[in-house]
Amino acid sequence: MSTYAGGVDRVLRSRLLEPASVGSFGILLGVIAFLLAIPPITSRSLTWSLLVGILAILFGVISVTRGAGRVGWGAVAAGVLGIALAELATRSSVGNLDQVFTASLIASMLVFATPLTFAAIGGMFSERSGVVNIGLEGMMLMGAFWGIWGADKTGSWITGVLIAMLSGGLLALVHAFFAIHLRADQIVGGVAVNFLALGITGYFFVQLYHGENVPTGISQIPDVNLAKSGSHSFWADSFGHLNLLIWVAIALVPLSYVVMFKTPVGLRIRACGEHPRAADTVGINVYLVRYASVVLSGILAAMGGAFLTVGYLNTYNENVTAGRGFIALAALIFGNWRPFGAFSAALLFGFSTALAFRLPVYSESAATLFQALPYVLTLIAVAGVIGRTVPPAAVGRPYKKQ
Amino acid sequence: MSEPLAPQGGTEPEEIAKAPPATVASRLDFAQRAGGVITPIITGIIAFLIGGLIILATGHNPIQAYWDILNGAGLNWLAHPWKTDIANTAAYNFSQTLLQTTTLILVGLAVAFAFRCGLFNIGGNGQYLVGLICANWIGVSFVNMARPAHILLGIAVAAAAGAVWAGIAGFLKATVGAHEVITTIMLNWIAYWLGSYVFQQGGPLQAPANKPLDIPISADVAKSAWLPDFWGIPELQGLHIGFFIAIGMLVVFWLLLSRTTLGFEVRAVGYNPDAAAYGGIKVRQNYIRAMAISGGFAGLAGGLDMLGYLHHFGTIDVQAATIGFLGIAVALLGRNTAVGVGLAALLFGALVYGTTHGLQSGTIDPSLAGHLTEIVQGLVVLFIGADVLILAVWNARRRLRRRERVTEAAEATS
Repeated sequence: MSTYAGGVDRVLRSRLLEPASVGSFGILLGVIAFLLAIPPITSRSLTWSLLVGILAILFGVISVTRGAGRVGWGAVAAGVLGIALAELATRSSVGNLDQVFTASLIASMLVFATPLTFAAIGGMFSERSGVVNIGLEGMMLMGAFWGIWGADKTGSWITGVLIAMLSGGLLALVHAFFAIHLRADQIVGGVAVNFLALGITGYFFVQLYHGENVPTGISQIPDVNLAKSGSHSFWADSFGHLNLLIWVAIALVPLSYVVMFKTPVGLRIRACGEHPRAADTVGINVYLVRYASVVLSGILAAMGGAFLTVGYLNTYNENVTAGRGFIALAALIFGNWRPFGAFSAALLFGFSTALAFRLPVYSESAATLFQALPYVLTLIAVAGVIGRTVPPAAVGRPYKKQ
Repeated sequence: MSEPLAPQGGTEPEEIAKAPPATVASRLDFAQRAGGVITPIITGIIAFLIGGLIILATGHNPIQAYWDILNGAGLNWLAHPWKTDIANTAAYNFSQTLLQTTTLILVGLAVAFAFRCGLFNIGGNGQYLVGLICANWIGVSFVNMARPAHILLGIAVAAAAGAVWAGIAGFLKATVGAHEVITTIMLNWIAYWLGSYVFQQGGPLQAPANKPLDIPISADVAKSAWLPDFWGIPELQGLHIGFFIAIGMLVVFWLLLSRTTLGFEVRAVGYNPDAAAYGGIKVRQNYIRAMAISGGFAGLAGGLDMLGYLHHFGTIDVQAATIGFLGIAVALLGRNTAVGVGLAALLFGALVYGTTHGLQSGTIDPSLAGHLTEIVQGLVVLFIGADVLILAVWNARRRLRRRERVTEAAEATS
């Protein structure tokens, strides 16, 4: 064996055997324990889930005893939860299960995750540059309303989305101006932006549409048909007929990762968020970077909003975003201010929403309570139970040029 | 706000650590010393002017619209205050405005008290909802209690529930440093879904009296828990004695902050947590305590509303409830002082009622005007957060005056 290959082997082995990796693997096993009991596998006996779940707990215990406490306890919890959920699933009828866990569950998970992804990635740009953006919800709402208005008035979803992006960008510009130039408190500013968006969209909804009748048949963002319309395979149901903006959102994740972590532009943004004075010293225009990042966050959040109305619902009702901007904020924090992290969190929250819409089959109350899950999870995450979240060092601090 | 949004990881860059701890409380205090009562007034005027511009731009007459809103709020009653009979529309509208003011005073105090400790409690709405739900539970459940005891129990449990709800955020802030803005936002939404759950069909509090059983609303609070009305009649949402409780709480707020050790510690932590800790004040303990007291005010607001005039609540009401958020604007406009909060609550109370139920106008429709409240609210919060704007104008004027004086002096000597 050559020394090089031996080196790789050693590295691989040591990485795999690290307590943290063992713990992560345990968490994965916990998820699998649950997946075994639901369609498409639908194992009717608990044996396999039990086995895998116990393995997960075992792995968890191993990593706890070797010093990776958080991940390890996570694995233990995942194992216990996996077994419990699998037990519940095997108890309920196959008919119910098939109704809840269809392949379209994945499609609807992606539908619910898309606005969150747009807004969370947007929020990442803003917060990485050092400006807290509580106003994501408002920017999203602006995009949702002005997007459908634009699509209605111009008859084209493209201009609708563009108008949505413009409106979100404008609201973000207000936030940016107050946060950056006037050095106002960024959280207060974000709260204000949310109220403003609620007021403006509500006011113009009544003024322009008398509060109810958005005409039907507005130009809608098209679906991307990858599968033939007749086919009903798992893949076709899951990914065959997704909306164009869903694919844009998915593409946005690696793109924003590359921009944020592999390009000079991203380095500048992060520098402004970590240590603005140092960034200023080496010649980065902190104000410009922050302005651009905040406006970009508004544009992206508004795209999320536009997806909701122009792409998915094809109508508008008052306050249509209903807190999705805040779930996006939660996803951003949960994902530790990173694109893939935020996307994973958005998928998780999207999944929980999609599941909540199907749970009434079992119990109405469970379905409602399930909607609170993203918020509870985020509360647990910021409490530091599941790993620590580390925000950019200078986030929330206004910068004063010298 | 000086701290990052979550537990701080790693060593902070040196220079950031050295930056003065610009907590909201210290900033606002500075602004207050610099601008006095003038800045809130200017802020209010600017917000209403911009609101007027929007009314004008959408083809309505802003002066007429504001006049109608003023009358809708019953402020014209003040011109002839001896006509207290609620058959008089102005008197009735004014009593309804005061009903809103009652709630707004308390949710405003909730935000203001946390601000004084350097904390931003965005969770007023969640704490309000939790208080409301608990008051409903007590009011519906203990039907055989004597009236004063039932009322007191309902109010106390509501306030305690709000205190616990906010206390969670305070506890997380004190123990792991989780930013209270994030935690209170999350708690708001948890309360939202919890409220949706308890009143929905099959929920623990859903039991509409004399109505089809599938309506997602609660039963009526027992008569023994209704707060007595002193102006108007219960059938027409009379003004209940909770109004005086709210006024009393303004006094309590002032006493607590300026006349007790607890208030001194809270304010000290609010100005500068590091200095307070150096002076031997337990900062963490004060975070929890301040949040709990703050949530207590908001929970009390929910309790008074439930026992005072709502009497029952439903899933749709939970999802539409936003009055707790108005507390932010009330506290900011009121400069976190007792008197200021009282006046700002009256202003927003008038705005809330005058733009919705009270409004009878050929100029502007209530469904349209209702959103004006949100716009004005947003603008007020935006401009108050940016005292810098007003201060900048102020300083520029002073500088100008000084320069004039210097040139005058130079001319005089030459």
